[in-house]
Amino acid sequence: MILDHAADFDVRDRLRLEMMPHFLCPGCGHGIALRALLWALDEAGIEKDRLAVVSGIGCAGRLSAYIDANTFHTTHGRPLAFATGLALARPDLHVVVISGDGDCLAIGGNHLIHACRRNLKMTCLMLNNEIYGMTGGQVSPTTSESMLTTTTPLGNAEPSFDACALATAAGAGFVGREVTHHVPKLKELILQGLQHPGFAFVEVLSDCTEIFGRKNELGSSSEMILRQKSEIRPSAYRDTVDTPFRSTDLHTGLLHRSTRAEYGSAYRAAAAAARAAAAKGSTK
Amino acid sequence: MSSVIDKAIPAAPVSTARLLSGNHACALGAVAAGCRFFAGYPITPSSEVAERLSRALPLEGGVFVQMEDEIASMAAVIGASMGGVKSMTATSGPGFSLKQENLGYAAAAEIPCVIIDVMRGGPSTGMPTRPAQADIMQTRWGSHGDYPIIVLAPASVREVFDETVRAFALSERLRTPVVVLYDQSIAQLTETVELPEPGSVPHVERKWASRPREAFQSYAATDDGVPPMARPGDGRRTHTTGLTHSESGFPTQKPEVVERNQTRLLTKLQKNRALIDAFECVACDDAEVLVVSIGISARAARRAVALARERGVKAGLFRPITLWPFPEDALRQAAARARAVLVPEMNAGQLRLEVERVLRAHTVVGLNRYDGEPIAPEAIAARVQSLAQEVAK
Repeated sequence: MILDHAADFDVRDRLRLEMMPHFLCPGCGHGIALRALLWALDEAGIEKDRLAVVSGIGCAGRLSAYIDANTFHTTHGRPLAFATGLALARPDLHVVVISGDGDCLAIGGNHLIHACRRNLKMTCLMLNNEIYGMTGGQVSPTTSESMLTTTTPLGNAEPSFDACALATAAGAGFVGREVTHHVPKLKELILQGLQHPGFAFVEVLSDCTEIFGRKNELGSSSEMILRQKSEIRPSAYRDTVDTPFRSTDLHTGLLHRSTRAEYGSAYRAAAAAARAAAAKGSTK
Repeated sequence: MSSVIDKAIPAAPVSTARLLSGNHACALGAVAAGCRFFAGYPITPSSEVAERLSRALPLEGGVFVQMEDEIASMAAVIGASMGGVKSMTATSGPGFSLKQENLGYAAAAEIPCVIIDVMRGGPSTGMPTRPAQADIMQTRWGSHGDYPIIVLAPASVREVFDETVRAFALSERLRTPVVVLYDQSIAQLTETVELPEPGSVPHVERKWASRPREAFQSYAATDDGVPPMARPGDGRRTHTTGLTHSESGFPTQKPEVVERNQTRLLTKLQKNRALIDAFECVACDDAEVLVVSIGISARAARRAVALARERGVKAGLFRPITLWPFPEDALRQAAARARAVLVPEMNAGQLRLEVERVLRAHTVVGLNRYDGEPIAPEAIAARVQSLAQEVAK
């Protein structure tokens, strides 16, 4: 196994160090995810000046401010919609979206399914910590059943969304999931997503130790991460029937990949053809 | 007849006359002004703007996209503008309500964008194919918090073209969202208009950043209150947020920094009133009964003023073309001799509230209609006459 110590990668090169210390709680998995993203961006050779990071609202949404790039902290649930405009207007930029489980699946659910369907080139990183952490720990669309949150004092009675199944069903050409325990694997998955010629969706199972973990007595950050590790199954062993809800075994790795026309280039090709036809018409 | 101040747009040569609807003129104005990105969602009675631009923009090297909802289309417009492209959306009341969240973001983060709001009968789904003027207050106060916004209210097809062009000029120059507000009757009315020659309307550029990265601040104080903007890819790598931010663009909650930056934002338009203000005065100089009205109602009022004058009443019309910020000083001047002020509008009295605020010593009365029908000139003329008689007593 490759260790998380790439000799030629220094995370500080892609961070806004003047923004440190960051505001994440001790034990929060989002920092690990951020590091993996920056590592993947570095390996992909994406220049900081050509990188646009668009984030929503919540703990995950705050990460954009720490990245040395063109960064946009937008409104709750809407980063994919902002990113759609930016990517269409500026195909020369490399667009990465950072969202959370509430941001991406609840208030922004409509934007997610249409971003998957539209297939505009961008990489969406959804950090899933099963909770609305920023607002103090309310139930989210991915909170596991029976878990305690500040708005499910009797235990969560709703099923937990499988975001990857949703993204696949909505047409995303690249869908994958990884845990923060496997940083090199996570980096590899994000790297593949960055290189995918269309909309790429990567779910990162993060952990909210301070709020979700404390409320449900899940122990320390390392205990939570190890529990996640014990609950996952690499996609190679996938044998269960697809369902939109989280199953007992969470599949990780690259879960779905298909290639179809990328929306931006298809639009630009059609526009160029229309311009050529118009020019031909005007010379007749 | 007119004292329209149109400093933002130099005169352009005029081409031959065409028969156009208001929505068509809006689309032509957008393209002429340099709009190269449109995101929208279908809604009556504004959809023709989107349909026209879906054909026109790809031919200009621009992008049209129909988004999954009104919220997303507003977000995409802001996203494209953050990329440096002149961007616009068009909607009507129900959609305009949904856009308020991201409109507030554009105001706070100072992202240029143009929003066309074609008013229809309301509230709620209301009367989709009928005119109204009931979004006047929502255009000013629709999003939460204190924020500046410009709203332009054209009254004819030609003016829809001009005000759409001016909306881009003001939006880009002042880094603010600008709403072009007109109603269903102007949107779908067809009139013979003369438009500037294609390519003759100058594209107003925003104030781009010139300082090097180390010396650049995204929200620096400037003489005109408008900070230069960085463009992704220019090497400055700035941060944009809807959180309250310092000059650097990064979030802050320090009271003195918040106060300083909010004050700059809230006084930005006031510093540029000479660019923004536009209004029309018809026979205001000796007017004893002053009619204050916008859009299609103002066209009826113009005829009513002529009718009243024929009947011996000294009537005048004051028509805000820039509706917000409201042209207070010009209205006070126009009302200097007025003994009564009449505000005809197709709502329950929104413009009247503002006129009352400005003309505190005057008798201000409304003439309101909210049944989906425009106000007829004769109805306004009759009320002008009866008001003249009342004040003469």
